[in-house]
Amino acid sequence: MVAEIIVSVLLVVGGFFGLVGSWGLVRLPDPMTRLHAPTKSATLGVGAVLIASMVWFPARTGQFTWHELLIALFLFLTAPITGYMIAKANMHLGWRPEDLPPPAPGQVWATHAEEDEPRA
Amino acid sequence: MMRRLFPHPVLSLVLALVWLGLVNRWAWGSLVFAVLVGIAVPLLTAPYWPGTQGFRRPWRIPAYLALVLLDIAKANVTVALIVLFKPRRALRPAWIAVPLALRRPEAIATLAGTITLTPGTVSCDLSQDGRALLVHCLHAPDPDAVRDEIKTRYETRLKEIFE
Repeated sequence: MVAEIIVSVLLVVGGFFGLVGSWGLVRLPDPMTRLHAPTKSATLGVGAVLIASMVWFPARTGQFTWHELLIALFLFLTAPITGYMIAKANMHLGWRPEDLPPPAPGQVWATHAEEDEPRA
Repeated sequence: MMRRLFPHPVLSLVLALVWLGLVNRWAWGSLVFAVLVGIAVPLLTAPYWPGTQGFRRPWRIPAYLALVLLDIAKANVTVALIVLFKPRRALRPAWIAVPLALRRPEAIATLAGTITLTPGTVSCDLSQDGRALLVHCLHAPDPDAVRDEIKTRYETRLKEIFE
């Protein structure tokens, strides 16, 4: 009973953050800000569902499972990379070097570099 | 001998634990296989990361992970509130350049990942010389404060762990 309440609350929380992430995609004004909603809310949304699963299975079958922890681990490894790739593609499409703060005097961001210089 | 077998002890340990987690049932045979995975994978992938030195202070990793997890939870609430209640014209997105004190690629990658997962920031690019990180903020009325927070909250801790 207690487990069921906890699981229900976690599922609602997870669903809520998943919904907010999707809503952010629709509502935020441009591609760069839209990138924020799914990279953040998805992690807590999926995280809450995973915790719900970790509470549910031991309560139901008496067996603890590790798979949820691994899913969380892989999610945290891949989410930043997806965000990075989308941001990079967007920089190639629409951002000129003048629109961005310079990294240091005389330096450019890697996306805008003319060609690869040999590494020192 | 130990160094030859375990060039990256933390990686070996993580791989072994991940294997045990995938198997999801305790058996001595799984432990043997987990140790084999922990030995084989670092050796097989060694050519892809020449000149790495492992962690300097690996015992500080759990505290860092706990901090990042807490911040992820807070970040979700912050971003959710912005998405739901902040009017479009009140939104102040900003680009910031974060000069890096970290030099090792692993440390910079970890910092970039942390930034993407935490409050309203996404790391987007590295400068050509690898000494600055381009970060996009969802809502930053004061970009300098965000930059300082990234440097004090995450970068100093990563510097202790890695360098």
